[in-house]
Amino acid sequence: MVKLTIDNREVEVDAGTSILEAARKLQIEIPTLCNHPDVDPSAGCGMCIVRVNGRIMRSCCTPVAEGMEVISSDAELYEVRRMVLKLLLSNHPNSCLSCARSGQCELQEMANTFNIIDAPLPNLTKKYEIDDSTKSIVFDNSKCILCGRCVEVCQNQQNVWALSYLNRGLATRITPANGIKLEDSPCIKCGQCSAHCPTGAIVEYDDTEKVWAMLRNPDIYTIVQIAPAVRVAIGEEFGFEFGENLTGKTYATLRRMGFDKVFDTNFGADLTIIEEATEFVRRFTQAPESLPMFTSCCPAWVDLLEKYHSDMIPNFSTCKSPQAMVGALAKTYYADKMGIDPEKIRVISVMPCTAKKWEIVRSEDMKSSGFQDIDVSITTRELAKMIKQAGIDFRNIKEEEADNPLGEYTGAGTIFGTTGGVMTAALRTAYYYITGQELGNLDFKEIDGLEGIKETTVTINGSDVKIAVAHGIGNVEEILCRIREAKEKGEELPYHFIEVMACRGGCVAGGGQPRVIGSGYAKPWGITDKIRKQRAAGLLNEDLNAKNRMSHHNESVKTLYKEYLGEPGGDNAHHLLHTKYVARDKYKC
Amino acid sequence: MGDASVATQIANKWRKKRGSLIMALHELQDVKGYVPWEDAMELAQAMNIPLARIYEVLTFYNFFKLDAPGKAVISVCTGTACYLKGNDKTLEEFKKQLGINEGESTPDKMFHLQCVRCVGCCGLAPVCVVNGKTYGRVGVGDVANILAEWRKKFEDESKE
Repeated sequence: MVKLTIDNREVEVDAGTSILEAARKLQIEIPTLCNHPDVDPSAGCGMCIVRVNGRIMRSCCTPVAEGMEVISSDAELYEVRRMVLKLLLSNHPNSCLSCARSGQCELQEMANTFNIIDAPLPNLTKKYEIDDSTKSIVFDNSKCILCGRCVEVCQNQQNVWALSYLNRGLATRITPANGIKLEDSPCIKCGQCSAHCPTGAIVEYDDTEKVWAMLRNPDIYTIVQIAPAVRVAIGEEFGFEFGENLTGKTYATLRRMGFDKVFDTNFGADLTIIEEATEFVRRFTQAPESLPMFTSCCPAWVDLLEKYHSDMIPNFSTCKSPQAMVGALAKTYYADKMGIDPEKIRVISVMPCTAKKWEIVRSEDMKSSGFQDIDVSITTRELAKMIKQAGIDFRNIKEEEADNPLGEYTGAGTIFGTTGGVMTAALRTAYYYITGQELGNLDFKEIDGLEGIKETTVTINGSDVKIAVAHGIGNVEEILCRIREAKEKGEELPYHFIEVMACRGGCVAGGGQPRVIGSGYAKPWGITDKIRKQRAAGLLNEDLNAKNRMSHHNESVKTLYKEYLGEPGGDNAHHLLHTKYVARDKYKC
Repeated sequence: MGDASVATQIANKWRKKRGSLIMALHELQDVKGYVPWEDAMELAQAMNIPLARIYEVLTFYNFFKLDAPGKAVISVCTGTACYLKGNDKTLEEFKKQLGINEGESTPDKMFHLQCVRCVGCCGLAPVCVVNGKTYGRVGVGDVANILAEWRKKFEDESKE
């Protein structure tokens, strides 16, 4: 432990702690635009300067030292910080009124806080071409303050290396290699760059207008579905606590917005488990050479696999994601059942994810109904915006139920939104399929929580099933290395069944989730481990209290197989609910 | 694929040494005159370095060229002695007559203009070097002659 004083108050912290973090222990918030707990300090913005033993230094990258005397704010520091801000703004467009981040922008908030209203410096903003080539994420370099968070996240946390610095000095920009378009780069559309960007430089591709156009068209039958993680984050946009589960209010709101049917992706999650557990049991008991098996619900992980690890394609579950399954069934099973012309149906999905926008068009398999199975995928943030546009009082709206039959779900479906959840749900059902008995203990504490790689072994009928769970997709590398090594040496596999989610914490912290910032919230702003845990708890509690906690107990799913699909893993199910993967180049040009 | 193997050979030479990316890129540029995209890709693959990192390095140092340079590389020395003796004006004259900025090549790929910091013969300041041939005590008035000399040289070569 190291003892120091900040503003003449003593504080004791671990060695290696930065001054900025130490100050937070004393409820002193040093301003910063680049520091974020998820990334290494880049010392990029210069706002966090403090006086250390008399000298001005950056507090984000200066570790504490014994006996250090820090002044966090004085008249000179205030003036220097204002100048730093003015310089940043001299290179930033004055387009707050028409910027997607307005009202939730760290730069805008900082400018207000520091009273930047007087004579600004001449504006030297450069115009850059906006890169919306992925149709998932939009990158506007002119709004970038070069804080470096997105690069850190993309390179180090995600290990994707789509984003990098181009050029130097005033010409510096953040782009893929050599300034090519994101679509031509290894970008997996996870959107963690947009979740960490402090300004409007990186935002999701806006599809809200498309949805409004469908809702306004009386000839169109609109079906909406919400992903597990949406229900525990949407409330943050309306002043609810982090992680508060607002499923019923979201259903009611969607109905008021004019959707003809409100379904739940959780139904698709239960269905995914039936198919995925069936697939795993078949591989485990009949085709051990096809092990290990990876989960495939996460589109960013699918994208990464196809680009970086195509040798593992045979080990990938062929199951589509829950959103894709609901889409395929809405235009076949449901349309048949209700006698609706599937051509008139539009399926809109609300996802915590930017990569889902890519998933709905990723291959011909996404047209298994004969139409595009899902027409539009919007993020939680876009839905929040639409709710506000519609003038719906989300806080006070009365809770409602989802529509049937694609609205029923079990606790196993809802935990899909958090790391470890898909695996937990799959194990509950796989255990039943192999043994014919229900698991006694439904929870697997070892694969819960925010450790990057989690492992456990579950004994089923005397055989050990070795499990791994990875999230924050950079962590998957280590698991793949262990598997490749074991295969090369002809050793026993280190794992049989592996869950992967691209975003740290899983979908609850997806690239499309609310970025809650503003004077009412404690810093650090944006997604943090604390919020990840709160949102996960919202899902885990729903599961704990659910009447039904196993996907194979979902009555609507059972009926679906009986009336329409036949056997789990059968031909019908394969046509609608499974997909294929192809090796693709990291760079398209 | 004769070209391609150059990058792989260079990568194999340097891949085991830590922090050797810059050396590999230098060598690649020595051989090719610039660093083509395809070669950078191949180097990334063979050295197991992300392409994005390679371009961070390539675009940080203005030494590296990403496009094929013009046939005659004009190096205008802007080291202290040459600069004080008026090479800044000579540089401007080259830019004007060629219609390009420093670090660029003419559209016909005949000339490439670049600045260097001292070529080691300050006694001849101000100095320009074209493809290894040194011109001492150059002034604004010499620019047209130098360009004409090289144009003629290339013309004669193409006739042969």
